[in-house]
Amino acid sequence: MKLLLIEDDQKTADYIAKGLAESGYVVDTSHEGRDGLFMASGGNYDALIVDRMLPGMDGLAVIAALRAAEVKTPVLILSAMGAVDDRVKGLRAGGDDYLVKPFAFAELLARIEALLRRGPASSATVKLKAGPLEMDLLSRNVTRQGRDIDLLPREFRLLEFLMRHAGQVVTRTMLLENVWDYHFDPQTNVIDVHVSRLRQKLDKGFDKPLLQTVRGAGYRLNVE
Amino acid sequence: MALALPGADIWRFLHTNAFRIAAVYFVLFAVSVLALLIFFYVSTAGFLERQIEATVDAEIRGLQEQHDFDGLIQVIHERSAPGRADNMLYLLTDPELNPLAGNLSQWPREAHQVRPGWFLFPIQVATRNGPETHNVLCSVFVLGNNDHLLVGRDLRDAAEFRNRILTTLAWSGLIALVLGIAGGAVMTRNMLNRVEVVAKTTEQIIRGDFAQRVPLSGSGDEFDQLGSNLNVMLDQIERLMTGMRQVTDNIAHDLRTPLSRLRARLEVTLLERPDAARYAEALRETISEADQLLGTFNALLSIAEAEAGSRRDTATVLDLTTIARAVAELYEPVAEEKGLVLRFDAPLAVNVRGDRHLLSQAIANLLDNALKYTPSGEVVLSVRGDESSARVAVADSGPGIPADRREAVFDRFVRLEGSRSTPGNGLGLSLVRAVARLHDGTATLEDNNPGLRAVLTLPRAPEPKDSAAPALPALAPSL
Repeated sequence: MKLLLIEDDQKTADYIAKGLAESGYVVDTSHEGRDGLFMASGGNYDALIVDRMLPGMDGLAVIAALRAAEVKTPVLILSAMGAVDDRVKGLRAGGDDYLVKPFAFAELLARIEALLRRGPASSATVKLKAGPLEMDLLSRNVTRQGRDIDLLPREFRLLEFLMRHAGQVVTRTMLLENVWDYHFDPQTNVIDVHVSRLRQKLDKGFDKPLLQTVRGAGYRLNVE
Repeated sequence: MALALPGADIWRFLHTNAFRIAAVYFVLFAVSVLALLIFFYVSTAGFLERQIEATVDAEIRGLQEQHDFDGLIQVIHERSAPGRADNMLYLLTDPELNPLAGNLSQWPREAHQVRPGWFLFPIQVATRNGPETHNVLCSVFVLGNNDHLLVGRDLRDAAEFRNRILTTLAWSGLIALVLGIAGGAVMTRNMLNRVEVVAKTTEQIIRGDFAQRVPLSGSGDEFDQLGSNLNVMLDQIERLMTGMRQVTDNIAHDLRTPLSRLRARLEVTLLERPDAARYAEALRETISEADQLLGTFNALLSIAEAEAGSRRDTATVLDLTTIARAVAELYEPVAEEKGLVLRFDAPLAVNVRGDRHLLSQAIANLLDNALKYTPSGEVVLSVRGDESSARVAVADSGPGIPADRREAVFDRFVRLEGSRSTPGNGLGLSLVRAVARLHDGTATLEDNNPGLRAVLTLPRAPEPKDSAAPALPALAPSL
């Protein structure tokens, strides 16, 4: 997997590139908007990580230029501006995900993974399958090895998101954003409680736990 | 006055609005006074002239009636006898213009016609001060026997009278102008002085003396209004600045402490003997402390964002009940885990104009607090609306907050426990209040007997016509 990082701060760029390299990605780095745009349109990258404020050319302008040139590489925007308005602007410009600085590296990694595995036909899917779990999106029916699991609507959406990202680390913030559509961090860690409830329902009567807590990062739905 | 000011001041004075206004009004004033005086003069002088003509006319008509020639001469003699002070002149001549009777020695040579039948000519008169030249206005009448009769009047008195009027008018004009200039100058000076007071005050404030206020005259006029508006604005600025300073102090305190702790931990770890396991542990602790710091930072930013928010952010019409229900769903498992009952009580949809994210966060903060500080019992999240307002209330059965501290906890970083053993950054309620203000609403704490009741009151938005408040069933306590 080949990534392009466009980030003007040398230290941040080094730290992100090093972390991503250790996680098995090949990372090219550009420190400037125009140069980054040139590399992104030429090189064959699987995903782009673009800082919003760049010298030479603004990050959003880079993304807009790429999209105008029909480059459909998924883009993760990094920004110090975290207001909902800023997010909306970023996503409208053609970004696929938006991560506010400062962030935990695990968060960045989880989101990159989610971007890379984003299936193109996910919206048309009627049935999801992840290991022993099966989910019918129409009848809202969930089974584990054929046994019915009774879920509340919110638990259903939580599991749906986890199943769509089966095998990947999913952070608490990602869950809050995608399942609840909240862009703030509640003081109490409410997500943990929701996940542990779901976990109880999933694992009840089975030996092998499906929903695993990844320390310092989030959760992973084990499928192997 | 302007003339008393030294050079630079005069220059400044000439460029003031007050001077310009005064100058314009002075010119208008002078022109109107002049017009008035001219009108007065013309009408008075004209009246005088007409009066003289009428007298002469009457005389001629009177003499004409004397058909008898001798009688006519007699009358002329009588009328022109010396000693009569009416300044009338008479002359009767034969057709060759040789004088027959009258007090004029000869037929005038250089008469010129003023208008048909009326002539003006000079005569020499001997007075006490020697000979003088007087103008005479006369009319001439030819009798049946071709004798000529001239009746005129010496205009000397009239001219003198006219001169006196002219002098009087000139003086009154001058006095009016002087008074006008003086009055204008005084008024201008007055106005400038009051502007000056405002300017001086603002200058002092610019120089750093924020306690200065514009002195008011107490008359309640426009200048007083301007001054009092300025004062209100200054008060507000001062309040904001005090708030800012307080926040800066608090940030310094609340962020510096954990930062120094974090630094100390790293330092100590480095001093100890290298040990991978201990390093890892120290790093984990450091990360968790950094996370807390970031949390505080983000909360501060959210508050700042809410406080700086504009109307634009709160334009969408939202159902407060839907928003509150979603937050209740988010927190319901937390309540259950703590052995508390979270009851959601909202029978109807209540529309408000607002920002979904900020409102959700505010309600979440209230719920978070209630769940955190209630050891056992029930927490009720309710939504109600009347004609003008919508209210979200979170009532708990916890220890509550003493009445005299209920306002203070809205301030940033204020937490009631000295030990700060419960997790939290003391910013939750500050955000709630900032969100309330952004939505033109209020956030208050009340006694719940026992426990605390936090109420967020917002202006209610009008219901869309087609969906007239559908009655939603209240969710069961367990959601």
